[in-house]
Amino acid sequence: MNCTEFLSKLTDYFDGQIDPSLLAEVKAHLGTCHHCEVVVDTTRKTIDVYRGAAAYEFPQELADRLRAAVMERCRATGKLPDIKTK
Amino acid sequence: MALQTTTVAKDPQHPIDPAAGAVPQPEVSPDLMLVKQARAGDSGAFEQLVMQYERQIFRTALHITQNREDAEDITQDVFFKAFQKLNQFQGNSKFSTWLVRIAVNESLMRLRKRRSSKTVSIDQDVETDGGSIPRDFAEWRPNPEQNYSQAQLAEILRRTIAGLPPGFRTVFTLRDIENLSTEETAAALGLSVPAVKSRLLRARLQLRERLSRYFRRNEASE
Repeated sequence: MNCTEFLSKLTDYFDGQIDPSLLAEVKAHLGTCHHCEVVVDTTRKTIDVYRGAAAYEFPQELADRLRAAVMERCRATGKLPDIKTK
Repeated sequence: MALQTTTVAKDPQHPIDPAAGAVPQPEVSPDLMLVKQARAGDSGAFEQLVMQYERQIFRTALHITQNREDAEDITQDVFFKAFQKLNQFQGNSKFSTWLVRIAVNESLMRLRKRRSSKTVSIDQDVETDGGSIPRDFAEWRPNPEQNYSQAQLAEILRRTIAGLPPGFRTVFTLRDIENLSTEETAAALGLSVPAVKSRLLRARLQLRERLSRYFRRNEASE
């Protein structure tokens, strides 16, 4: 397996969906190619950092305001006779 | 109408073993219960659904549009449209996936309006191979994000993802930030599974390349 072939399997490798028959080849390539090892490590870190950090805040005040506006629009349709709110 | 959904045997690679025990009965998901109550006019049930998913919808819209005002408007529009179309929700997919699909469509429409004559779609800018070949092979510092304050890191992440084409940004957002499965992402975007995988690979590699300038190990100081 060369680097191009390895890259084509990268998404399946990260997602644990790689064909078992190819897994040994992928691991063998990783064991011998430092560049691909770095790409795997840093791509995994890329995903982790986006999952772990809030790039955008969603303050409670905004949540409350948006939800109130949504519920007001919904009630205005007359399809929500029940007026209880959270 | 297929109102019931099942919480088992979702993964075709792990089918239920009939020898393992009794065949599980289909379960009505909590979301579907709330949808049914909302259809019957229970505003509390619908409000509960809004509370559960408003953060996800706002974040998805903001990642795609990169505009906070648009994301606020879209979040409202998504839940209002969902309310108007509650009878069309069949329960064949997760309620959240159904909402995300509406959010993606609304977000791309906003981008189109903002760019007026330019067409913006999930396919935009994804035909080329640009950015899909790694060029930076520098190792990163251990826990590199800890070298930045929370605000600095958020700014870096926003600036980095904003540079991706909308088609890549959307797939990365749904798959890697909102944790939708590849199949759910494909369904939400109207793309094939291979198309999602291809865009996801390129999005991940381009983000990695861009983040590397902030996170790479500084050889001179170590």
